Amino acid sequence: MSNSAYVQLVNLSKQFGKVRALAGLNVDIAEGELVALLGPSGCGKTTALRALAGLQDLDAGQIIVDGKDITFLAPNKRNMGMVFQAYSLFPHMTARENVEYGLRMRAHRTASAERSKRSAELLELVGLSTHANHYPHQMSGGQQQRVALARALAIQPKVLLLDEPLSALDAKVRTQLREEIRRIQLEVGTTTVFVTHDQEEALGVADRVGVMRQGVLEQIAAPSELYERPQSAFVAEFVGLTNPISATVSSGSAEILGVQVPVVKGSIESGKGLALIRPEWFHVEASTSANAKIFAVSFLGSTCRLTIDLSDGTRVRAQIPSTEASNLGIGANVKVTLKSLPVFVKGA
Amino acid sequence: MKLSIPGKIFRAFIIIVTGLYLLGPLYGMLDFSTKPLGLEGGRTLRAWGAIGKNPDVISSLIASFSIAIVVMLLVFLLVVPTVIWVHLKLPAFRRPMELICLLPLAIPGIVIVVGIAPLYRWISINVTESPVSLSGVYAMLILPYTYRSLSAALDLVDVATLAEAARTLGASTMRTIFGVVMPTIRSGIMSGVVISLALVLGEFTISALLAFDTLQVVIYLLGRQDGKIAVAVALSALLFVFAILFAIPTTKRRRVILDADIA
Repeated sequence: MSNSAYVQLVNLSKQFGKVRALAGLNVDIAEGELVALLGPSGCGKTTALRALAGLQDLDAGQIIVDGKDITFLAPNKRNMGMVFQAYSLFPHMTARENVEYGLRMRAHRTASAERSKRSAELLELVGLSTHANHYPHQMSGGQQQRVALARALAIQPKVLLLDEPLSALDAKVRTQLREEIRRIQLEVGTTTVFVTHDQEEALGVADRVGVMRQGVLEQIAAPSELYERPQSAFVAEFVGLTNPISATVSSGSAEILGVQVPVVKGSIESGKGLALIRPEWFHVEASTSANAKIFAVSFLGSTCRLTIDLSDGTRVRAQIPSTEASNLGIGANVKVTLKSLPVFVKGA
Repeated sequence: MKLSIPGKIFRAFIIIVTGLYLLGPLYGMLDFSTKPLGLEGGRTLRAWGAIGKNPDVISSLIASFSIAIVVMLLVFLLVVPTVIWVHLKLPAFRRPMELICLLPLAIPGIVIVVGIAPLYRWISINVTESPVSLSGVYAMLILPYTYRSLSAALDLVDVATLAEAARTLGASTMRTIFGVVMPTIRSGIMSGVVISLALVLGEFTISALLAFDTLQVVIYLLGRQDGKIAVAVALSALLFVFAILFAIPTTKRRRVILDADIA
């Protein structure tokens, strides 16, 4: 456990009846960092976020923020800004009143003029200064979530908590708002925890992504590291696409399709296993010494996705630049090899 | 949805027939209360003028409105926060609470009176003889109506998330309930309060059997002495309750704004 961490979740445990939502979760988050908690439904990511906000009691564990143990502190005393999945603006208040609400609730009530100034600044920050006097029912879902973000930031929270804030929005707005959240987070520098089940969202906004499974953290790392060097089969398979291919591991490397590649930490140490290969790690070329045959070709714009049957009967999906796929049609005999990148190999 | 011409005619017919059915008795009451005594013609406001001069009517009006105000305060300060609390914090207790709140509908008024008569005898001797003491039993009687309207309003919005949002922004539990949840379900609260008010002003059985002179009891007694004054009082009380019912804030149907509308 790092002493320099701004937020520390230490051995958090929570059981709901027979379901174990958190099973000794440990996470360290640095000040100003945006960490995304990613995982399938029921993995405990929302429970962890709610525990951090004080909205969920824990069976065991400790939450430390800025050096203070806040495990048993009431949610209204924690100074956490939270944006919820469901639209949570107070319907009887305008956008400005919603943003000012947290400032009014403070023990040392902020002066009216200062509240107005702060709410105007934040509405400007989220691009809704012209909607200050609009009620929630006069705004779209995307606008409401922007106001909710401004409201959460108005209290200058120690930690900003985002509980799947984009999941109720349509795809186009989701992408726009995702980028905006990142821009705003970098601008204000607030330590942020972003919970999502959408890997694109997590990889797209976070400094680090923590992949959760059955109440524990499987791996936490920068998005590129998580994608390229997964440390468990679950992480490799949950984040991005993989192709399981037979491999033989010995002395820290694996032989796959006749190529020797290094194996990443967490892989089996020796013997036969299944290497989890990303579609873009294949090298495919037409060749007389072919070891595979193309089954299907999908044009995706700048890239092409090829479904290939290897000579041992394994079917894999490869993704290559469209420029390299011009002469690769259905039924073409091709030679498939691997780029020399570290791979994860799990037991067969 | 636009109605066809036969649809419009049918709707107008239904409105007129229903209006006549409801307004007919009221007109009859007005007609009866303004008819002079004896055989001479014309109209007189003698019965209406007598309302203000009859001390029993005035005192019963004051008593009934005092009861109504105390009942409304009990609803605002006790029933509403309790229902919200159960809804937010003790969802497992919602069904038992609903059953408890609906009990006054299932128990006949006479049974309630028999049950509480000894208590009210003791209250009359040791505490007060004021009819305002009826507020307690009335607050219990109106529970089915207040609970249903509050519960319906709470089910319409995601109050749990609103309450959590308020809590994370620094609001205490009480400020969350009074400052966020109650304004959000304002129309449900108002509906419950106004229906309760109408019930309290119209209740007769319990107050008569417990020998309290509330408005309905006095109207009944007046009716045995001077029917025209009794009808004038009854009509004015009815009109007052109608005015309040029409004043209930209603929730307008709002068109949902989509992000696509703005893009």
